[in-house]
Parts: sequence; structure tokens; C-alpha cells
Amino acid sequence: MEPLKLPPIEYGALLPMLILFGAACAGIVVEIVVPKRARNVVQLVLALLAVTASLTAVVLARDVRTVTIGGAVAVDGPTLFLQGAILVLGGVSLLLIGERSIERGGAFVAQAAVTVGSQKDTRQATSPGATEVYPLSVFALGGMLLFVAANDLLTMFVALEVFSLPLYLLCALARRRRLLSQEAALKYFLLGSYASAFFLFGVAFIYGFSGGIQLSVVHEAVANPQRSEVLLFVGLAMIAIGLLFKAALAPFHVWTPDVYQGAPTPITAFMAACTKVAAFGALLRVLYVAFEGVRWNFQPVLGVIAILTMFVGAILAVTQTDLKRLLAYSSIANAGYLLVGVLALNESGLSGTMFYLVAYGFSILAAFAIISLVRDSDGEATHLSRWAGIGRKSPLLAGVFTFILLTFAGIPLTSGFTSKFAVFGAAVEGGQTWLVVFGVISSMLLAFPYLRVVVLMWLSEPGETTPAVSIPGFLTSAVLALGVIVTVALGVVPAPLIDLTREAAEFVR
Amino acid sequence: MKDFPFLSVLTLLPLVGALVVAFIPRSKAELAKLVAFGWSILVLVLSVFMWIAYSVGGDRFQFHESYAWIPAWGANFTFAADGIALVMLMLIAILFPIVLLASWHDVDQSTRSAPAYFALLLVFEFTMIGVFAAADVFLFYVFFEIMLIPMYFIIGSFGSGQKQYAAVKFFLYSLVGGLFMLASVIGLWVVGGKTFDFAALAAVAGDLDTDTARWLFLGFFVAFAIKAPFFPFHTWLPDSGGAAPAGAAALLVGVMDKVGTFGILRYCLSLFPEASRWFAPAAMALAVIGIIYAALLAVGQNDLKRLVSYTSIAHFGFIGIGIFAFTTQAGTGAVLYMVNHGLATGLLFIVVGMFVARRGSSLVSDFGGAGKLMPVLAGVLFFAGLASLALPGTAPFVSEFLVLIGTFSTNKGYAVVATLGIVLAAAYVLWMIQRTTQGTLNPALTEVPAMSKDITLREKAVVAPLIALLLVLGFYPKPVTDVINPAVQATMQDVGVKDPVPTVEAGGKVGG
Repeated sequence: MEPLKLPPIEYGALLPMLILFGAACAGIVVEIVVPKRARNVVQLVLALLAVTASLTAVVLARDVRTVTIGGAVAVDGPTLFLQGAILVLGGVSLLLIGERSIERGGAFVAQAAVTVGSQKDTRQATSPGATEVYPLSVFALGGMLLFVAANDLLTMFVALEVFSLPLYLLCALARRRRLLSQEAALKYFLLGSYASAFFLFGVAFIYGFSGGIQLSVVHEAVANPQRSEVLLFVGLAMIAIGLLFKAALAPFHVWTPDVYQGAPTPITAFMAACTKVAAFGALLRVLYVAFEGVRWNFQPVLGVIAILTMFVGAILAVTQTDLKRLLAYSSIANAGYLLVGVLALNESGLSGTMFYLVAYGFSILAAFAIISLVRDSDGEATHLSRWAGIGRKSPLLAGVFTFILLTFAGIPLTSGFTSKFAVFGAAVEGGQTWLVVFGVISSMLLAFPYLRVVVLMWLSEPGETTPAVSIPGFLTSAVLALGVIVTVALGVVPAPLIDLTREAAEFVR
Repeated sequence: MKDFPFLSVLTLLPLVGALVVAFIPRSKAELAKLVAFGWSILVLVLSVFMWIAYSVGGDRFQFHESYAWIPAWGANFTFAADGIALVMLMLIAILFPIVLLASWHDVDQSTRSAPAYFALLLVFEFTMIGVFAAADVFLFYVFFEIMLIPMYFIIGSFGSGQKQYAAVKFFLYSLVGGLFMLASVIGLWVVGGKTFDFAALAAVAGDLDTDTARWLFLGFFVAFAIKAPFFPFHTWLPDSGGAAPAGAAALLVGVMDKVGTFGILRYCLSLFPEASRWFAPAAMALAVIGIIYAALLAVGQNDLKRLVSYTSIAHFGFIGIGIFAFTTQAGTGAVLYMVNHGLATGLLFIVVGMFVARRGSSLVSDFGGAGKLMPVLAGVLFFAGLASLALPGTAPFVSEFLVLIGTFSTNKGYAVVATLGIVLAAAYVLWMIQRTTQGTLNPALTEVPAMSKDITLREKAVVAPLIALLLVLGFYPKPVTDVINPAVQATMQDVGVKDPVPTVEAGGKVGG
């Protein structure tokens, strides 16, 4: 028997992920060692430091283009850009997760199973809350970094699980409306497991087809098929299902509204910004690197899915009465626009999609930060009717939210317009004009729900039940300011980020 | 003076003013109004200098400026003005101070903030100037879309009646048009070689694939037809015009709707010449239907502001046939019509606003014999009405006449049907005036103390410049036509049409 040979490992290229996983483990130790009182601050600082260090490692590795650990991880332009995006958006989400001044203990509760209103729960309400959210979030971030870097399908699967499992848990930790939160977590977990199973099954088919799981091996097998192509297409379809689920594309989107509504708002923001980047990062890599050779086969199918997604998101957003659900459907529609960019299957498509992911991430973080501020005695007041006339009571908050909604509607001078332009332009260039036409029509539909909220905030008279707006704590203010500044900057002077995405838009095989 | 960056300064100036006004506290409303008014005068002065600096008969595009914006996409901050844009910029610069002065007390009674209202008006001026000054398709699109936002809040927050409904309808209609245009802009960008520069795109206009060009034309045309508005995309205008404050409504039809007709002239015709010729019969038909249909609806209106809105739709029909007749005469007439309509309908809206502010209602049936109480104001309404029905001696007559004879030389049928619109115009204007200011005095009016207060000094200052301009341009339109004519000729050259050679033997010179 041949002795096992360890593949060479470039630790420098893996450093961003190693830092996060290390810090997450350290976070668990902190849970044991540090006294309860100081835990929150220590955990938050640790998590932020880890993200900063990891981001520094990504920036330092910016010129690295390599495939390492025996072809399991590819570090190239898209990897580094997307890792950077995930880290920046993740860091901003951590600020939201760490916000404790709006509600004592933050949006999380340590033991969600305790009966609400019982003595134990009253005690719990005065305690600093669940600090394990930090290591969990950092684990999820680490998994996402690996997900966008994975160069073989099994590593991709492992990464998928590494970032999904903490998210399932995080969804269940809401302090308010616990049943909704737990239901969301269970739903997300069950459906997510099915999706993962599909993905894994698909990997098995692809292995059967190509005799390997590395994307480059699959690429070659696709170019010169040795075995039945049925294996290829079934495998591709199943892998796609797994990825489309994470990216919340119709018809695999049904979990999104429930989970977005039930999860604690900072976690919703985290998922909407970072999970989307990770899922589309992986989708880009799989389609562009491994299956580029059968583009004529999957392009029409995924095109139909993109159209379906845009319309499902836009039409159902019109009927929503809860803001978090409305934003969930809007994020579904946005996933459709992103897929349009992906399906351009050219360099502009790659760079446009990456641009879109960053721009959208910042806007959606700001949107959820605002939602976490409008509260009454039962927590966040997310029903639309409660927002009537809020522009009179707190013009600044309503102004910022209006701006974010106009961004989502794609009004020029906001990042929503430039990013839409980037993906639509790429799609026309890639010969996918039909997708753009449907994309434009769905944008028209989608403008209506946003506008309805704007009308409600500014033009309606404030009602008796219009809730109070909390004064944002330092961390939420920082998130809001960042979100708005980036949204304006990417709308008015998008050139630097566009150049960055274009430089990064090349995969290694 | 030619080297002064007129267009960029002119565009940014109102935006700076809006920021200044927006930060004036609500308690100092009078100061905010004065600053806003002064600022708009500043814009006017600068525009006058630009008008003087413009060399008539010089290059087609003057005051060219270009700054890099998004190099990766080939989008630049490019400004340039041809004669058409120049007269529109001048119209904007003249109308804004007048409207600001006319809107002086619009928000005094409401719970809304006066500085916010005046700041929004200045933001609106910024977007208006930008949209006419842009010579980069991307930049044009940006201004085309963002101009919705100030107007949306003006209608929604400061309007009356069904203001929320009107504001949302206005926004959605325009956004739908804008998004169709976005699809075309993207398509044009890809087939035009990744540039947004108007001159570069116009240079390759002839090389486009016929079918592609027709689709792209359609995207632009729908956006502009909604904005103008042409039949059957017009239903938002009566709602918006009826709900907006009178001053804002004057700007809405006087300036903003011109973006549609201007866009057709500048972008549809020059960038898609073949498609323009191909679609011209359909566009003419829509325009003529609009003239008759809107005029009939105007006759039946009982709401003054909605009535004026419908008259505008009819007038836009005239502008439409003028553009698509493809003769220099009709084209010049159409552009002149854009200016004159801005002045005449602007005046009509403002005067109607004065009536409505006094009565507290915009229904025709709530008036009756008002001329007995306020003879001077009623006289101004009468003049505004006559100007708007294009009585000879007032400016709109010149433009309407030019459009009709220019159209007659190529499309006799359309010209004849359109002429019926003049008859209907007389009907809706005169009947409206008869029902509001003439006849026996409505006893209810005597119970409204404001109704017996005739025109004030501020109101005189508002209407006087408009009346003067309407008369001067009615008798001596040459300074304006001289600026418009070369630009229209260049546009017709882009389209690739030549003026029909007159077949009449005698040397009877036609038109102005």
C-alpha cells in the first residue's frame, strides 16, 4: 500500500478562514472563562477583532492566485473579493448583533424555551442575554469564506453545512415572539437539510459522471464526456437546487419570508447580506468554473428560474403587510436580478454580480437596522399600518428609510440603480436580453410596495398606535451611517468599486 | 464669457440653494422663501448671461463640458446645449422665480413646513436644468428619473384633494416609462459601442440593425410619451395637475412635461432616424387623437385644474404632430410651442390657482360671475385663456400656426383634423371663462370674504412678466425662432428628411 502523501498547504492563502475558525473556538472558551457581566463586551470585541484580522489577511493576500490543499480551495480574484465582501458585511452585521442599548440583553435570549412571563423568564430578561451568538456568527462567517473559496464539491458541501448550522441556531434565539422564531428555525433547518441532501446527491452524480469532485476535473469531463450525460444533468440540477435554496430563488424560496420574519432582526440582516454573497459566490464558481461547457443547457432553465424569482418576489411583495416579510420578498426579487447577472456568463456578469452583492448588502443592512428601531412594548412594530405617519414623528429615520426604499426601487444616484445597471448591462452583453426585459418589468411591479411604504410614512396622518422610535445606540447608528454612506457613494461614484470588481473578475481553475 | 462652465454651474446652483433653504428652521419661513426666490433670480441672471453668450448660427452644441464619471461604463458628466435645450433652459429659469412668487402663501395655512416646500421646488429646478443640459444618455437618464422624487413629495405632501393617489400614480407612471427607457438605454449602450456620449451615439445611429433600432426607439418613445403625455398614456396628468399646488402644477405641465417632447426630438429622432420615420405615422395618429380626445374631455370638466391639465394634453398633441411631421417649419413650431405653452399654460395655472386659493375650491360650479367681484383678476384669466387657445397676437398663435402649416405640407389629413382642435379649444376656454367669471353672480361667492379681494401687488408681479412675454413673443418671435431653427434643421438632417419643395409656382412666402 502506498503511503499517504499530504498535499502541500499554503497557509497564507487560508489565513482568513483559519483566523475566523480560531477566533470562534476562542469565543467558546470565553463563554466558559469570562464572568457573565463582562462576556458581552469581550465577545463582541473578540469577534470584531477576528473579522478585522481576517479582512487584513484577505487584503494582504490580494495578489494571490492559487489552488491549494490538493485542489480543495481556490484563492483567486472572485474568492478574495467575495471574502472581503462577506467580512465587511459580516463585521457590520456584528455591530447590529452587538447592539444592547435598545433593549436589555439585545435581540437575543439565552433560553428561548423558558415560558414567557414565568419567574425564570423575568430573571432571564434582566441578564445580559445570549452571548454565544458571537462565536456562532463567527463560525458562520468562516464557513461562508470557505464556501466561496471551495474548489471541490465536497469542500463546498462541508462549508455549506459549516455556515448553515450556526444560522439555524441563531434564527431560534429571538427574545420577542419566540414561537415565531423557533418555527422559523425549524422550518429553515428542515428545508435546509433537504437542500443539503439534494446538493450531496448531486455531488455523487457528478462524481459518477466525471470521476472526480474537483471543479477543474468536472470542467474537463464536461468538455470531453466519457460517461452518460444524464448523470451530468441530473447532478447539475441537484447541485443547483442546493445552491438556489441558499440563494432564495423561486421555487426554492418559500422558507425566506418565514425565516426573515421570525429570526431576530440582526440575524435576518446578517442572512440577507452575507448568506446571499456566499450563496451567489458559490453559484458563480460552480457555473463559471465547472459547468461553463454546458451553458447552452442550463442557461434557459436558470433563465426561467430567474424570471420566476423576480416575479414571485415582486408580486408577493405587493400583498405583504409586514415589513420584514416585505423585505424578504424584495430580497427574493433581488436574488432574481442577481441571477440575471450570473447568467450573463461573461466577465461583466461576474463583476456586475459581485458589485450588486456588495451594494445590496449594505442597503439591506441599513433597512433592517431601521426596522430594529421602530418598537412598542411588544418589541419591533413591523406591521405596515403601524408605520403610518412616522415621517412626522421622526423625519430623520423616515428619511433614511425612504432613501433605502428608493435604492431598492432602483432610482438613480443610489447604489440600487448602478448595481441593476451593472447586471442588466452584462446580461444584454451576454445575449440575455429577454431576461433584462422581464427584469425591467418586474422592477416596475416591485416599485409599488416600496412606494406604498413611503406614502404611509410621509403622506398618512400618524395614528394613535404609531409606535415610538428608539434612539439608536452607537452601534446601530454606525450601521445606519455606513449603510447610507455606502449606498450613496456606490450610486454617485461607483467607479472605484467597479474597477475593483473588474480586476477581480477572473477565476483560476 | 463663452468659456464659463455655464451648464454645470447652472445645474448645480439650484441644488446648493435647496440645501441652504432646507436648513432654514421652520420658524423663519419668510426668510426661507426670500432665499429661495433670490436663488432662483440668481439662476435667471446666469441664464440670461448664457443666452447672450450663445452664438446664434454657431455650432449645433455649445457650452460643451465633460468630466469623467464611471470610466468603466463610459459614462461622463457631459453637458451641452443646442438651440432647443437653450430655449427650454431659459423657460425654466423664467418660470421658477414666477412660480416661487406665486406660491408664496401656499403652505402658510397647512401643517407642512414652508422651507421644505421651497427647497423641494429648488431641487426640482436642479433636476429640470440637468435633464435639459445633459448630453450624455446616462446622465440624462439619471436626471429623467430623479426628477420624480421632488415632484412626488410636492404633490403628495403639499397638494390637495386625492393627493396621495395622484402622487403615487404620477410616480408609478413615470417610473414605468423610465424603466422601459432603461432597457433601451442598456441596449443602446451595448450596440452603440459602450459609450453614452450623445455625439458618439448619434454618429453610429445609421449603422444600427433596423429591428434593434425600432425596439430601442420604442423604449425611449414610451418613456417620453408617458412623460409628455400623449394619448393613451395621459391619465396621470389630470390627477397630478388637479392635486398639485397650482404653482407646482404650472411647473409640471409647463416644464416637466416638455422633457417628453424634448426627449423625442433629441434622443428618439437623432439616435434612431430610421425607426422614427417608421413609427411617425403611428405617433402622428396618437397625437391627433390626443388633440381631439383631450379637448373633448376638457369641455366636460367641472374642476378648473383638471380642465387646464386636459388642455395641456391637447396642446401636447400639437407639439407631437409638429415633431413627427418632419419639416423644419413644423419642428420649429413644435419647439416654439413648447416655450409658449410653458408661458401660457403656466399663466393659466397660476391664475386658476389664485382663484382656487380665494374660493377654497377648484370646481367651476362653485364660481359664477366672479368677474363682478374681481374684475382685474378675471381679466387676467381671460387673457390667459385667450393665449392658451392661441389667439392671434399672443405667442401660442405663432407656434400653432407654424405647426399646422408645416404639417400640412407633408400630412394634409392630420393637419386638417388637428385644426378642429382649435375650434374645440375655443369652446373649452371660453365656456370655462363664461361659467366662472361671467354671468350672474353666484350668491355663495359674496359670503367668501377673500373673493372680493382683487389682484394683489404680489400677484401682479407674478402675472405681469408672463403677460408681457406672451405679447412680445406673439408679435416678435424672431429672437427665439432664430435660436431654435438651426437646431431643428440639424435634427431633421439627423432623421434624414428634407423639407418638401413648395410646388406652388408663385413666390408666396409661407410662415414666419
